[in-house]
Amino acid sequence: MSAAHIEDILESIDLEQAKAETAKLTAEQLDAFGAEMDAIRQRILDDLGEEDAAYIRKVVKLQRGFEIAGRALFYLPPAWPLAVASLSVSKILENMEIGHNVMHGQYDWMGDPGLNSRMYDWDNVCPGEQWKYSHNYIHHTFTNILGKDRDIGYGILRMDEDQKWHPYYLGNPLYAFLLMVFFEWGVAMHDLEVENLVKGTRKLEDNKALHAGIMRKVKRQAIKDYLLFPALTGPLFPLTFAGNATANLIRNVWAFNIIFCGHFPAGVATFTEQECEDESRGHWYYRQLLGSANITGGRLFHLMTGNLSFQVEHHLFPDLPARRYPQVAEEVREICQRYGLQYNTGPLGKQLLSVAKKICAMALPPAKA
Amino acid sequence: MSTTAPPSAPPSVPPSAPAPVASLGRRILRSRVLAALASPHGVDRYLELVNPMWAAQEVRARVVSVERENPDCDPERSAAVATITLQPTATWRGHRAGQYVQVGLDLPGSARRMTRCFTIASAASVPGERIELTVRAHADGQVSRHLVTAEPGQIVHLSQAQGEFTLAESPATPTNNHLLFITGGSGITPAMSIVRTLLRDGYDGRAGRRVTFLHYARSPEDQIFADELASIAAADNDVTVHLRHGDHVFSEFELRRLVPRYRDTDTWACGPAGLMELVGAAYAGGAERRLRTELFKAPRPTAGSAEGDVAFTRSGTVLAEAANSGATLLEQAEALGLTPEFGCRMGICFSCTTRKTEGTVRNVLTGATSSLPDEDIQICVSAPEGDCAVEL
Repeated sequence: MSAAHIEDILESIDLEQAKAETAKLTAEQLDAFGAEMDAIRQRILDDLGEEDAAYIRKVVKLQRGFEIAGRALFYLPPAWPLAVASLSVSKILENMEIGHNVMHGQYDWMGDPGLNSRMYDWDNVCPGEQWKYSHNYIHHTFTNILGKDRDIGYGILRMDEDQKWHPYYLGNPLYAFLLMVFFEWGVAMHDLEVENLVKGTRKLEDNKALHAGIMRKVKRQAIKDYLLFPALTGPLFPLTFAGNATANLIRNVWAFNIIFCGHFPAGVATFTEQECEDESRGHWYYRQLLGSANITGGRLFHLMTGNLSFQVEHHLFPDLPARRYPQVAEEVREICQRYGLQYNTGPLGKQLLSVAKKICAMALPPAKA
Repeated sequence: MSTTAPPSAPPSVPPSAPAPVASLGRRILRSRVLAALASPHGVDRYLELVNPMWAAQEVRARVVSVERENPDCDPERSAAVATITLQPTATWRGHRAGQYVQVGLDLPGSARRMTRCFTIASAASVPGERIELTVRAHADGQVSRHLVTAEPGQIVHLSQAQGEFTLAESPATPTNNHLLFITGGSGITPAMSIVRTLLRDGYDGRAGRRVTFLHYARSPEDQIFADELASIAAADNDVTVHLRHGDHVFSEFELRRLVPRYRDTDTWACGPAGLMELVGAAYAGGAERRLRTELFKAPRPTAGSAEGDVAFTRSGTVLAEAANSGATLLEQAEALGLTPEFGCRMGICFSCTTRKTEGTVRNVLTGATSSLPDEDIQICVSAPEGDCAVEL
């Protein structure tokens, strides 16, 4: 990437815009806004029932179907691309529309142990138990609070201008690329807080308990995808091995991009710890709204993103079944208009470009004012 | 449910048990290789999609038939009672007479799975064998009302058999002990299972072991198993049956008359709280060791206020108990010096989800109350109303 090119990118990104939204409403307005959000939440909670249960069971059935088809198609070498595609679809559905949402407790009300947040573990090297802590608790409680939400940059990247620049961040685009390719491993390592180990603010012993859980899960995932299933195809071992690795890679790339588009396009706000001290429920909703971004698309697209294309609604209502997000999105948008609040959304291409620009822009030291 | 019965050996498997082919299939289904292939979801998550009666670990059952036990009773006064015959999956490990099972139903209309305990009424079963539940449809019991009108073919979820309210002896280890059963209402089912097991397995009283069966029902119309009890009483088997109906409540005086040496007799008592208190008093002062009891938990009335006691338990032991302060369960637990797990403290992250075993809780965010027994709640946003018990 040439210096001139980087200059262009820097000019094209409006760094001011991201900061413009904070503290726009009075305390009374925030309370009223929060009450409207609570009302939406309550209405959906009261309405949960058979359709939601039938939906998630259908998705599980569909996902298992793709998984079994994918595994079976590896026995037909010419069908290799089809097998990879099928397994990729299965892994994407399992991680996003099923795993992510079930582990949020969205279907706990059903009382089905197979769809219960306490019991579910996903097809991913990151143990579900650990992910629920770093994601459901840390990320969803402290969304976009600098210094508290470790999902801002994942301890690797510089994703906000308020993160102090360091020459290390010149590698931002490279780190982002590597994180994309090895996303599930990145997620598994997330809790080890390697950056804090390097800084010396975290001790190696603190990670001992986590290590065991990660290694157990890594072993199980690796035995399944890289040993047992390839071995079962006999002489086709290398092909199946490569196919499983490719499916995991495709799922990684997809998940990374959807998640980055949900939090890092231009227009998404970050907050300081001071701003969020003794935060009201209204401000909590407000922060969730401004800290997220949607991606527009069709029904199939939303399914494949686990409805995280409705990241705004997901952050407002993380424990409502994700299939309800499209339904409430219209209403959330209308409320935002009334309160004059930004509702971040855009097509995938635009959001991806915006994220890529930010990754590159943040690699460089802040321009002197 | 509480019980004081000592544990006894599991039923021995007769030679007529599962065919070798089926057991080979089960061994494959339960193999480590298959579990590794299905990781992290488990083999059952795949099998259930093909056929709900296929399982490697979980237990499910198909409703074979539903027979009404009290067709003549007045529907205004008495609830329907029905015997439901269930064909469990091959994963069913069998049960000892007197044990109960948790039945989970996906209720139509709400898609919420409700789980309730029912005593198995049929004689002791071997792995994979059919069992019978005799269920009274309680007015506010969604599961029991649904079960008594279940359609054959319906699938229910089961736990393995649980409970120690069982016979310590078996026909294989005969003794000449006199056995006494005192039951009331639906409490007849475990005693029925025990007596049916004894009779099926060849018990005929020739060993000099007498059985006395004393049962209290609200009315003759409410008396279930009446025909069977009559024929048991009539047969030459040394089983004596005493049925009491209506205002006739349990009295120590009558017990003394029927079984003079009752305090030295192994006794199984099961029924409503009132009966159990009277029976307990009759055995007080030294004879408690002869008495095995099982209490049917009646739903606690909703107090609608903060008054009451809140108990935090772990695997059956009470960690701490105090008067309900009206604060959230998490705050009350912390005030008692406990350190339950928590995360966001605002109901979004589910880190603090635990099992409420008794009582009513109100969700402080939504105001919704819930009195379901054994349900998962988020203690950071749940405040108890009246008495409440939570497993930490």
